[in-house]
Amino acid sequence: MDVGIVSYGAYVPRFRIKPEEIGRVWGVDGVGMGRGLRIEEKAVPSPDEDVITISAEAARYMMDRVPDVNPQDIGAVYVGSESHPYAVKPTSGTIAEVIKATPALTAADLEFACKAGTAGIQMCAGLVGSGMIRYGVAIGADTSQGAPGDALEYSASAGGAAFLIGSEKIIAKINKTLSFTTDTPDFWRREGQPYPRHGGRFTGDPAYFRHITSAAKMMFEEMGTAPEDYNHAVFHQPNGKFPERVAKTLGFTPEQIKNGLLTPYIGNTYSGAVPIGLSGVLDKAKPGDRIFVVSYGSGAGSDAFDITVTDEIKNYKKENAPTLDKVLENPVYIDYAMYAKYKGIIIMPE
Amino acid sequence: MSAVAKEWREIPARYNLEGSECGNCGRKYFPKRNMCPHCRRNGFGKMRPYDVSKKGKIFTFSIIHDAPEANRDLKPYAVAMVRTDDGLLISGQLTDVDLAQIEIGMRVRAVLRKLGDAGPSGIIHYGFKFVPDL
Repeated sequence: MDVGIVSYGAYVPRFRIKPEEIGRVWGVDGVGMGRGLRIEEKAVPSPDEDVITISAEAARYMMDRVPDVNPQDIGAVYVGSESHPYAVKPTSGTIAEVIKATPALTAADLEFACKAGTAGIQMCAGLVGSGMIRYGVAIGADTSQGAPGDALEYSASAGGAAFLIGSEKIIAKINKTLSFTTDTPDFWRREGQPYPRHGGRFTGDPAYFRHITSAAKMMFEEMGTAPEDYNHAVFHQPNGKFPERVAKTLGFTPEQIKNGLLTPYIGNTYSGAVPIGLSGVLDKAKPGDRIFVVSYGSGAGSDAFDITVTDEIKNYKKENAPTLDKVLENPVYIDYAMYAKYKGIIIMPE
Repeated sequence: MSAVAKEWREIPARYNLEGSECGNCGRKYFPKRNMCPHCRRNGFGKMRPYDVSKKGKIFTFSIIHDAPEANRDLKPYAVAMVRTDDGLLISGQLTDVDLAQIEIGMRVRAVLRKLGDAGPSGIIHYGFKFVPDL
């Protein structure tokens, strides 16, 4: 049985802040910081947005594109995030209600730093492939946290994407998925702490680069492929620099990663990063295109996917919901004072 | 805990604009009604759930400068009455919109947003607001 993506939808809040504005407040060369991270601006959620509302919007776009799919045939909803609005009360149940998939389904919230969204895709693919469910929904979304003044503040942003996984009318077949997982303490957030901590440069070679290149090489070996066999590649993108470097190391060209590299324009959407990147690729993909995907979650692990776009994408009602280019149109730029208010970091009287 | 029960009861309307339709005359209502005021006894027991169109246009609007606590961070903001594409009139907040660009007749659609919460440890209220239709 072929299992793959039946539909998808991506959403990013409309507010933006630029690195130079953040640097202005903290006495740092924000322009240089942005250049170093290769981030031109990052998305900021409105005060009335969170992971539930972002996931809901992405999931509605996803469902709008497949009007023939009965939401009651969805057997699983998984939402991967490290910023679920509740510590205890599932985001996934609310999303299931929003898309009218309740009550006969399983649902759970996932967390694996930035890769819980792709872990959800794997779980849904397994459940569909085994015949346990007809359709599954996997969402990766975050309103990520970066401590004021920390390097993360220049990149931590908000957004998400939703995928409907099934075996009927698939627009992109998942040829293979595999993972590479270890215990690597490069980035963490303790229970009850508002901001994560990270190991600085340790987040690079032993963490991001080791896991992504290992998962990628395992995939090349399993599939007997090489970078030139793929039309597009999407890598986790905590900034604009890391995915460019890992792509070059593995032998991919800038052209191959172009459509799936959104972080320079929206910031690091954490669990949403690879799902949004894959949405960007699917927005422009043609039948027969082969897509290489590797996510990364600190802690640490990588999920790799080998995907082929099918002829079904020609019948797919992509126009029923806005593409990523449309979603990213007309951003509204805010200054740091407005950003601080929106992020709720101004101390208010009782 | 009655506020929690009320929140739960209103989920279908708040998330998906679920109203009701009279099985006798076909009239549609939002919020939902248990009885059709037009058909009265003839419609009794025939009311069924109806999902109101999430798209429509602004019928009228007002800018709020003196906001309740829940909307403190959003003021000034707009509230509007929206004529949905299936003809109902629904009131709601506008969000992600430039106030100077709002006009009667503007196309909008309903999205899910946070409406407020019952304090930092309380339940979060989610429901529809309207945004300009992309």
